[in-house]
Amino acid sequence: MQKIYLHASLFFLSILSSFGQVTQQDSTAFKSRKLKTQEINFVSSYYTQDGNNSAVTGGIGTEELTDIATVFDITMARGDARNRLHSYRLEVGFDHYSSASSDLIDPTTISSASARDNRIYPSLSWAMQDDVKGYTIGAGLSVSTEYDYFSKGVNVNFAKFSKDRSREVGLSLGAFLDSWSMIYPIELRTLETPSGPVDNPDAGGTNPRNSYNASVSLAQVINKRLQASAMLDLAYQTGQLATPYQRVYFTDNSVNVEKLPDTRFKIPVGIRLNYFATDRILVKTFYRFYTDDWGITAHTAEVELPYKLTPFLSVSPFYRYYTQSAADYFAPYKEHDRQNEFYTSDYDLSEFVSHLFGLNLRYNSADGILGIKKLNTLELRYDHYNRDTGLVADAIALAITLK
Amino acid sequence: MNNNTRLFARLLLLFSAGSLFSCQTVQEYNKMYLNDAEMVLSARKVQKTELNFLLYREGASGANGGKTGGGCGCN
Repeated sequence: MQKIYLHASLFFLSILSSFGQVTQQDSTAFKSRKLKTQEINFVSSYYTQDGNNSAVTGGIGTEELTDIATVFDITMARGDARNRLHSYRLEVGFDHYSSASSDLIDPTTISSASARDNRIYPSLSWAMQDDVKGYTIGAGLSVSTEYDYFSKGVNVNFAKFSKDRSREVGLSLGAFLDSWSMIYPIELRTLETPSGPVDNPDAGGTNPRNSYNASVSLAQVINKRLQASAMLDLAYQTGQLATPYQRVYFTDNSVNVEKLPDTRFKIPVGIRLNYFATDRILVKTFYRFYTDDWGITAHTAEVELPYKLTPFLSVSPFYRYYTQSAADYFAPYKEHDRQNEFYTSDYDLSEFVSHLFGLNLRYNSADGILGIKKLNTLELRYDHYNRDTGLVADAIALAITLK
Repeated sequence: MNNNTRLFARLLLLFSAGSLFSCQTVQEYNKMYLNDAEMVLSARKVQKTELNFLLYREGASGANGGKTGGGCGCN
């Protein structure tokens, strides 16, 4: 994995150095039919969490987890004979994570393969923008693979914008067709029968999990300092929605893997307002209402206050409040009745309140940064997250944009 | 629902409704604030990790530029 990171970094640095050469500014990019690099992004992050409600061990035990993620994307564009702009975007992401609780799927090993894993997720997308007719259409394909999970995604989108570009209405449709290897906790891979232990027929092979979503959005300029957007998502999932290696301990001290319905319908609706309050201070707000047919209702409220220290440098403190009710199928360790049809002790589905706060530093200059003409943006973001269940997490991310 | 969240939601909805009814046409030469990089309404690249871990650690998802499905989120 380190080799992959090293190669990715060297690849990125070689591109960076080639951009270090001074080039002629091209003001005719939109009309050019030649494919040209429009934007390159490199995002690297480190995430760590700890808590004491691991679902792998039935709602008790360590939730310690770390994740190192690196994502690289490049967008290229060209005009066509009708002066429409075609953009092509390739993204490749690598995650390397280690999870103490996943290591307890099979605690008889000193450090099993489940203790750490890598995820690789490339995607490709295309968009066409027609400024004369005022619309954008696009489509994308994605793949994600890790040891026990494989995901294929497809999406299409359409947006219509007004002549003065003060209003945009968007529609997108997407689907993920996933496949999940049924890895059960070690003690549940066999069943006790009067004639002796036999292999558990459910513990093996792969099961599908499919997700479909439709999204409608509206973005509106309200005045020269204020703009807003609203978004409604409809999401439907079907297939293997329970995690096969998460244990549930019952009141009678027996154990099984969690069981959840094989469908889930989610309805989130969000509204965002961005206001340039003074020449230096912005106020960015977001509110989301969420409900689903598993019994979860949630509210999210966010505020971010970017302060421009200079026209190029801004510092943004932010805070996010979140609260959710428990799923109908959740109960803590040893509080489930074995007779129930569905059960889980996953605290991500419990009732809780969480707080997220942090700081974002952003340096943006169209004339280049550190003498590199194409280096457009440097951004550093730190998050601290805590849940009233005891889970605490920290994340730091660095994003670099070349234009 | 927490009282403060309810108040925040109501104020935001009220402000949004009021604002939408008073939309103004903004000329190109007057879009200095709207075109500022901080004013984008979509999630920024640097927020990718944040959106991902919130998706996996919380029951709610979507309507914020992040995913609503796909992937197991099982760690």
